[in-house]
Order: sequence, then structure tokens, then C-alpha cells
Amino acid sequence: MMRALPWAYLLAAFVFIYLPVGALVLFSFQSGSLPVPPFNGPSLRWYGEILGDADLMEALRNSLFVAFGSSSVAVSLGFLAAYGLARHVLPGSVFARGLLIAPLTVSYLIVGLGLLIVLTRSGLGLSLWTAGIGHVVINLPLAFAIIYASMGAQQQNAERAARDLGANEAQVIGLITVPILLPSIAAAFFLSVTLSWDEFIISFLLTRFDVTLPVEIWSLLRSGLSPRLNAIGSLVFLISITVVLFLEILVFRRRK
Amino acid sequence: MTAPVTLSDLNHWFGTYHALRDVSLEIEAGEYVTLLGPSGCGKTTLLSVLGGFVEPTQGKVLIGGRDMTRVAPAKRPTTTMFQDYALFPHMSLRDNVAFGLRMAGAGRKERHARAEAMLDLVGLRAEAGKRPHELSGGQRQRVALARALAVEPDVLLLDEPLGALDLKLRRAMQDELKAIQRQVGTTFVHVTHDQEEAMAIADRIVVMNAGRIEDHGAPARIYNEPATLFAADFMGEMNHIPGRITSQGIETAFGLLPVAAGGSGEATVCLRPEAMETGQGGVTLGPARVRDAAFFGTHCRAHLVPDAAPDMVLIAHLPAGALPTAGETLTLSAKPGDFLVFPKEA
Repeated sequence: MMRALPWAYLLAAFVFIYLPVGALVLFSFQSGSLPVPPFNGPSLRWYGEILGDADLMEALRNSLFVAFGSSSVAVSLGFLAAYGLARHVLPGSVFARGLLIAPLTVSYLIVGLGLLIVLTRSGLGLSLWTAGIGHVVINLPLAFAIIYASMGAQQQNAERAARDLGANEAQVIGLITVPILLPSIAAAFFLSVTLSWDEFIISFLLTRFDVTLPVEIWSLLRSGLSPRLNAIGSLVFLISITVVLFLEILVFRRRK
Repeated sequence: MTAPVTLSDLNHWFGTYHALRDVSLEIEAGEYVTLLGPSGCGKTTLLSVLGGFVEPTQGKVLIGGRDMTRVAPAKRPTTTMFQDYALFPHMSLRDNVAFGLRMAGAGRKERHARAEAMLDLVGLRAEAGKRPHELSGGQRQRVALARALAVEPDVLLLDEPLGALDLKLRRAMQDELKAIQRQVGTTFVHVTHDQEEAMAIADRIVVMNAGRIEDHGAPARIYNEPATLFAADFMGEMNHIPGRITSQGIETAFGLLPVAAGGSGEATVCLRPEAMETGQGGVTLGPARVRDAAFFGTHCRAHLVPDAAPDMVLIAHLPAGALPTAGETLTLSAKPGDFLVFPKEA
């Protein structure tokens, strides 16, 4: 009895976490027009419909563009900030570090509203680019924190040796620092991609005509439940899982 | 490639800490010099000044006759072999060794050939494709040496290169370092706190203390005739006998020792443990009781309490064949030439 208890607990925890996702995926194969029991399928009817929907596919492409674009910028900036703060004695570096990390504690709603006010005041129109700027704001602190934490004395000595052997600063960064830190740089990148991919509030506030997938899903939701939404949700879930698996295989496997 | 080095009147401060004090030194081309001293004596700072990692507050560094005082490490004819080797973990040994040549603009074929020749020199040609983490400590050390020598520096700087190795490997690597230095002819400057290592390897030892050069010269000269009390103590065990300089000799608890010394006043008379002899001799120190003794293979090391000075403990290295027992009384003596005298500093 006592031995079964932990297993029962484990099972309950997993059911709690995965039942909603399971139900979502299951009813995406519903052939009727309502995603509620009884299940009458399986059918790929809704998948066919969403893949043929030009607006949805456009939103999916927009989301990927924003996710990869904003993550590239956030990781590049985060790396440079981490390198500067870890390798040089700068005045006020503790303050600068705090300021870089601080946006992590600010809610997405506040970040989004703040940017909305600044952007409309400055006369820049809302677009995918402005949503991308918002995602850089939220992902930069994370990228900085991950990369900064992995910069140790060992890389510093390797950098010193490279300089001693005639490398200039660009060669030190390109041939020594980045390759040694590649696992954490890749981790920061893929984490940024998944966060940006799922992000709704900032994208909702900062886009207008071209929207990202979460915003498109939200506008579909207003017309009521449909297995279409389940199919889109399953597709989004599939892409997120793929990125996480990439991270696992590419980054964490190699460390062993 | 090789070059002489001239250091003149170097002074360096880290904030208010005076790390180098009036350091001047001439190093000949092709010489193997060790900088020897305790932690914090300034030896690593001096090496960093040579390598260009620290710019001295005052003074000049000439390498091969050219002023290098304010030249960056990358532009100097020096390379450094770091204490923790600082190999590039993401590169094969071949690429590690070829890195300096790549920075100098050598083509892939040329630099790989040269890297393999250097790996051959340190006996690791067969491992050229491996990564540093697949190697043992001693092997990593050889790779670091090959990498530093591959760019044919005029001067190689070694920062406690053998510190992380176990004793047996360290002794083996000392011989190898010396042999490689003979072969390539480069000027080597080697920092260590191990006086045995310094003696085993160096043409010349520079003893440092508190930012100053205390003494420099051939190992035997420094061991037998050190210039200062500090150098005498740092080069090996030493017995200290307090005394006072007079015109006839030096007055000590053992009577008047017939040792010539300049100056006057308080002084410290020094005697190496292996200079202690038993029985009547040139200068007799009188009877002493054995406190304890141990067999060391080549000799027996004994602590003795002399009757003439019961609060003093002398260390003697006695012949290996005769292990004294505790409590036994021996008569100690030494040759007059083995005593060293240092006036007490004011």
C-alpha cells in the first residue's frame, strides 16, 4: 500500500499536467464540428482546413519570423553585455548588471503597455517589427543571465592564451569565447525562441495588421469553440516540442 | 629563436601594494632562468611584466634590445605557458598547437605540418586528433609547451608549469623541459616556489622576496654562498646560531667561532644540516643530545639539542649507515669554511 502511494502520486501529477494537452490533441482529430465528447473520429478534416487557411499560415510564418529574429538579436546583445561585464572592470558594473536583469521581474503587460505608449508617441507604426522589439526586451535579460553565469575563469585563461599567441579581440571572441560558450548560447537561443513563440500579450498590444499565431488564435476564439482551434493548438504544441528536443539533443547531450 | 632580456629599475604598484621594488636583471639569450620565491614575492608579477599582461609603473623591459615595456602580449616575441595550461577545449591538439601560426597568417597545410612537428618534439604526435579533455595532466602540459613553442618565440615564459603534477611526473617533466630548452635554444624564464625544481632545471636562479631580487646566480653558488639570509633559508634547510661579530671571530653559545666576517654587532651564523659532522673536527660545537632521528635513504636526519645552548634545536644530516637513537649524546663539529655569517638587519 505504502509503496503504491508514490506511484499513484506520480500518475496523478502527470495526468494533471498532460490531460488538457491530451484532450486538446485528441479532439483535434474530431470529425464533428464541436470539440466535445463523444469522440467521433479520427479525421484529418480540421488539419486540412487550417493548412489551407491563408491567414493562419501567414500568422504561423510571422510567428516563426518574430521568434527567430528577436531571439537572434536578444542572444547577440545578451552575449556582448555578458562578455563586457565578465571580462572588464567597468564603473558601476553591479548597477549595470542589475539593470540588465531587472526586466525579468516586470510583467509582460507592463512591458507591452510601456512600449505601446513609446511607439505610438514616437510615430512608429505597429508591425511585426515592434512585436519583435518587445520580445527582445523580455528575452534579453534571460539570455544575458544564462550566458553570464557560464563565463568562468577557465575561458578567461584560454582567452588570455589566445591573445598571447597573437589573436586580436575579434579573433578571441570568434575563435575562442563563442565556441567554448556555444552550449549556453544555444540554450539561451532556443529558450528565447520558445518564449517568443508562445507569447501573447506583447504581440497582441504591439501588432496591427500582420499578427503572430497566438494573436490569430485569440481572434478565432471569439467566434466560439471549434476543432479547428484544437488542430492549431496541436500544431503549435508540436513545434514547441520540436524546439525543446533540438535543445536537448544539440546542447545537453554534447555536454556528457 | 632566442633573445636576451634586460629589465631595468622596474617598480610596480597594485593600488598601494608595492609588488616590484627596483628590479633590474640581465638575462642572456638561450639562458634558462628560474624566478624562485614564496607566494606573494612578486615573481609572477615580474613574469606578467615580461609577457605584457601587466604594464610596470616604472622601469623598462628590453627584449632583443628593443623596448617592449608598453607593447601588447600579442605583439611581443614572448609566449607564456600558463599554470593551468589554458588549452582550447573545443580544438584538437593539432589546432591548439597551430593556433599561433594561424594568427600569424600561415596556411592550413604549413601550420598543420609545423604543429605535428612540435607535437612530435613533446612525444604526442600520435594523439594530434584528440581533444585536451582526453589527455592526462602531464600530456596537457606538453601540449601547452608545444603550443607556446610553435610560434618560435624569442623568450618562453613558464608560470609554475609543473605545479599541478604529482612529484614523480614533476621530476620527469623537469628533465624534459631542460632537454627541450637545450634543443630549441629559446630563452626560458620559469617561475616556481620549489627550490629543488629550480636547482634541477636552471642555469641561473633568481631568488625573490617582497618584490625584491635577493640573490641571483648559478644554483651551486646560491646554495653554498647565498648573498642574503633569506636566500640561504629559501634554498634549503639551515641552522641558525645567533652571535656577535668581534675582531677574533664570532662569539656564540658555542664559544668563539673562528669565522671571518665584516661589520660588527649582532649576526646570524648559518650552517647547512649536511655540513654537521660527528666527532672532533675543525670547529667543535661540543656534545649534543639526540631528540629524534629518522632514516631518509641517502642520510639520517636528526634533531639535536646542544648542551651549550639547551633552548636551541640543530638539524643534522648524518651518514645513512649510522642511525642515532633518541637520547644518545653525540659530539658535533663542522669545517670552518661551511659557516656563513649574515649581519643582523637593523
